Amino acid sequence: MRSHLRTRINHNSVQITYTSREQVEVYRFSIPVTVGVPLLALFLQAFVPLRFPRFAVYIDLPLLVTIFFAMARRNPISGLLTGAVIGLAQDMLGHNPIGIYGIAKTVVGYGASSLGVKLDVENAGARLLVTLGFYLAHSAVYFAVARGLVNMTQTWSWSRGLLAGLANAFLGVILYFVLDKFKQRT
Amino acid sequence: MESVLGRYRNLIILVGVLFLQVLGLAMQVKKSGGDVEKTRLIRIWAVDAVTPFERMLVWAQTSSGNLWHNYFYLRGVRAENRKLKDQIEQMRLQQVRLADDAAQARRLQTLLAFKEQFISRTVAAQVIGSSGSDLSRVIYIDKGENSGIRRDMAVMTADGIVGKVLLVYPSVAQVLLINDQSSGVGALLEKTRLQGVLRGTSNGEVALERVMSDEQVSVGEPVLTSGGDQIFPKGLPVGTVTKVGNGRDLFLNIKIKPAADLSKLEEVLVLVEKQERQAPTEDAVRMRASDILAQRLPSVPDRPATEANPAGAAPGNSESGAAAAQPKTVIKQPMGTVTTPPGSASMAKPAPPAKAGVTGSPAPRVAKADKNPAAASEAPITLLPERPAKTADSASTAQKRTDASGAPATGSQPDASQANPPSVQPKPVTPSTPPPANAQPPADENKPQ
Repeated sequence: MRSHLRTRINHNSVQITYTSREQVEVYRFSIPVTVGVPLLALFLQAFVPLRFPRFAVYIDLPLLVTIFFAMARRNPISGLLTGAVIGLAQDMLGHNPIGIYGIAKTVVGYGASSLGVKLDVENAGARLLVTLGFYLAHSAVYFAVARGLVNMTQTWSWSRGLLAGLANAFLGVILYFVLDKFKQRT
Repeated sequence: MESVLGRYRNLIILVGVLFLQVLGLAMQVKKSGGDVEKTRLIRIWAVDAVTPFERMLVWAQTSSGNLWHNYFYLRGVRAENRKLKDQIEQMRLQQVRLADDAAQARRLQTLLAFKEQFISRTVAAQVIGSSGSDLSRVIYIDKGENSGIRRDMAVMTADGIVGKVLLVYPSVAQVLLINDQSSGVGALLEKTRLQGVLRGTSNGEVALERVMSDEQVSVGEPVLTSGGDQIFPKGLPVGTVTKVGNGRDLFLNIKIKPAADLSKLEEVLVLVEKQERQAPTEDAVRMRASDILAQRLPSVPDRPATEANPAGAAPGNSESGAAAAQPKTVIKQPMGTVTTPPGSASMAKPAPPAKAGVTGSPAPRVAKADKNPAAASEAPITLLPERPAKTADSASTAQKRTDASGAPATGSQPDASQANPPSVQPKPVTPSTPPPANAQPPADENKPQ
């Protein structure tokens, strides 16, 4: 496989990526899934903390859904718009100014879809690392915007960030496996 | 140019979308306070999209829970019933004491013309959702404008306060919890009466701020609302102190454990109507501060009728008993000297020299009460049935003392000491042994035997 890729790179001098063009498959989703899954994620994110208060501290379901759709569609514009819409909807449920989650998830959506073009994100290990990385990136952007633009009192904790990132990454691997069933080849 | 736009199309769109969001954010932040109203419509869309599902799920969950708890899971109900009955008995005993304290508080409020705030109407609501973020600690309740909920109404449970209503929609309301960073509640420590501001921290804890570091605050001390925020009525339970440490800027860092479990809220009460009224004034004419203090203090035991001095005590006069009992107290004092213990100066100071012998005896009692008011409020419950009989007696005694010491009478009753001068004259009896120079006031001897 590697030799085949190397050969293609050498002979055709295409852009160096970690996957071949043949492996990059772009998926699409039906409208009910496109609308229903983010809505369900928002609903669960708002409802589950009533029974399990720690859920809201460690898990960000809308973020996982954003990463999944962005990586599956492999289109940066589609990814950033998905992130923006989900993020803004999440902002609307809280009482803070609208746009903090929106900005953070827009960046994540763009990053995930851009990475999805270049990286094989179909296997569990890659998904785990990607989700962990994007969770930390999302937290960093949120922290910067909330503190820098909105002047909210925020404290950064690496331990909490890593723990929450790992929790999201493990949940993400399971969730992506379930959501893979809704994929449709273009 | 076209090739540049095509090449960086994705990046340009990203920057554009981010710019729009930053612009929107800046517009909201610019007018702090007005942002909530300006973004109301789009928030309604999001809330309307999510809350019906939440409401449905909560209803299904509650219904199935009720079915289980009310019909199937009745094991141990008999034992629980027995336990609750015992608890009721205990609470009845407690209620007697609390009613007594409340009555005293009402009388004092009347005297001081305090306006009391009380909760006149609440609306029960069910918690159906949250923001889903630990950076925005809000909950949604299933009652809104249609149920009379308005912005800035207090929300609480039976255990303590929960938060305040932040946004109101037709059938849903958003409640800002007290552990959110942007919340602020006026609070005071129950024992020390120190006031501070209750705020949430970034990790969801509750802290009491603005208490100076030279104050003594102990762990476990209850915290109540102070009423200073004009949202929560005074005296509602907030929580207990769990940790006290030195903070920044000469203030203490006090951590509070909320009385209401904010992480497991199911039903809450919204305070929709709060009334402010002056305490009823029917007792105001008759009762005075000295009367109330006299009621609360251990009083002179009633003397037999034969020992009463009939001179100056008109039959049927309610003050006659007190007048008769007065000389017994005066005997214990050295004649012609005014004994004013430290701390009683404010009450005994205006005594005219001509009546020094009279003021000398009651002063220590009043002074002691002034020094230790807690003792006065801890009167045993067993004294309660005797109160109506004692009230007139001790009240008149106290009135006489006040009048004799020169304090102006607040009521319209005649001055007993001036109306019946012989009744307040001490008996010409001297103690067999002179009292020592540092003799204590005879307060202990006045205690009921």
